[in-house]
Amino acid sequence: MSQAGDERARLSRLKPNLVRRALVGQYIRDFFTGQGFLEVETPVRMHAVAPELNIVPLQSEGWLLSTSPELHMKRLLAAGYEKVFQLSRCFRKGERGRLHNPEFTMLEWYRAGADYRQMLRDTEALALALAGRLGLGTTLSYQGQRIDLTAPWPIVTVRQAFLDAARWDPVSCYDAARFDDDMAIRVIPTFNPHRPTILSDFPSEAASLARLKPDDPAVAERAEVFIAELELANAYSELTDSVEQRQRFQDEAAQIEREQGRRVAQPERFLAAIEHLPECGGIALGVDRLVMLFCDTDTIDDVQAFTVDTV
Amino acid sequence: MNIEEVHKGSKLLIDGTPYNVDTADFVKPGKGRAIYRLKLRNLVDGSSLDRTYHSGEKVDEISITTQECQYLYKEDDRYIFMNSDTFEQFFIPESLLGGKAAFLKEGTVVIVMMMGDRPLDVNIPTFVELKVIESAVATRSDTITAQMKDAVLETGHTIGVPVFIKEGDIIKIDTRTGSYVERVNVKK
Repeated sequence: MSQAGDERARLSRLKPNLVRRALVGQYIRDFFTGQGFLEVETPVRMHAVAPELNIVPLQSEGWLLSTSPELHMKRLLAAGYEKVFQLSRCFRKGERGRLHNPEFTMLEWYRAGADYRQMLRDTEALALALAGRLGLGTTLSYQGQRIDLTAPWPIVTVRQAFLDAARWDPVSCYDAARFDDDMAIRVIPTFNPHRPTILSDFPSEAASLARLKPDDPAVAERAEVFIAELELANAYSELTDSVEQRQRFQDEAAQIEREQGRRVAQPERFLAAIEHLPECGGIALGVDRLVMLFCDTDTIDDVQAFTVDTV
Repeated sequence: MNIEEVHKGSKLLIDGTPYNVDTADFVKPGKGRAIYRLKLRNLVDGSSLDRTYHSGEKVDEISITTQECQYLYKEDDRYIFMNSDTFEQFFIPESLLGGKAAFLKEGTVVIVMMMGDRPLDVNIPTFVELKVIESAVATRSDTITAQMKDAVLETGHTIGVPVFIKEGDIIKIDTRTGSYVERVNVKK
């Protein structure tokens, strides 16, 4: 078949998924605006992103494309905005696979006065609201499995999940390389396929932008949501200590330069704003993967009209 | 080459052995480092190997050339081929040919994939025509009860054919499935 014919056949096959994708976007907006959240738009091009060893930004005329809208959304919170959400395009270099495309859609929302547990409750409510409006009730049928979305979703600590599936404790003796490999290969595949799983309380070394737990500083108030082995969302009680945040970014930048020879600029305006950041919770959710769940498909190529390979 | 560039169908040299990449999965925790999980097929003996790599690792890509060759004859478990351009002769062991050997008749033109001067794989024609040298005559009850019977081809391989096929018939075979397609019977 010709290339144009291939494309017409593919887009025709994807139409029901793309229709559902549009509905999911519309219902997400309804869900948040209905609860008094303000929809915001923040820049896609910026001078600096949050330094992360394993997330590489794409360049654009000497600027960087957004890897997440997190820093700008927190700058809004620091200026007094209390409940904000955004559906935005994010870009991560080299991420391409069955669950990845270098350009994808992220949903982020932030609540002043909340912690990571509230963000997880929001996620449960959001998933149930979307499933309900799509006519699915409280159960997903995904890749031959039935998944019960009824809240509350089961929570397991990172420490317990690793002790059970990988026989070591990443909280008492953290090993970054082993942690990432075991997470993907040993831990995630043991999750109950019929329920979402919340993996909670990451080792302090993997705190990222989350605050440490006040009564157990060996772990951070960070949690991830998994459904059918898909890593769907990442929630924090946000770190509001500007000194600690600057130190973490500097340590991360030093490691990036040491290990990858990549020089990263610090997001100075964010670091200045964080002094005014109230106690808050935030979460980032991969919309493409959420749509995959609702469309019962196991590849991101089935929920994006054009991927990096067909652009 | 960088592991990031490896895809299904890439040919890699690992510990001196050539492998085909049957599947390449990209796995990455959001904040974690990327993992590349490869399912590999040994191009010498056909065995499987699973390997995991990480971002930034390098692998040796094999540079493959293709060469049109003619199959000449078999000697023990060696199949002797001739390079159609240089007329040089070389052999390919039966183990490398696998099931394809059943459809090789003297004179068949094939495409051989080479790593340097080492043959790695052979692409045989999708359809071949072979003579039936032995097949039981169908009895009356066979024609009523059975749709297919066995026939021995001139290569020595046995396949299922319809009951009306006789010794001496030339039949067309799909080498991808190893199954009978039709009777040809061109008198030569």
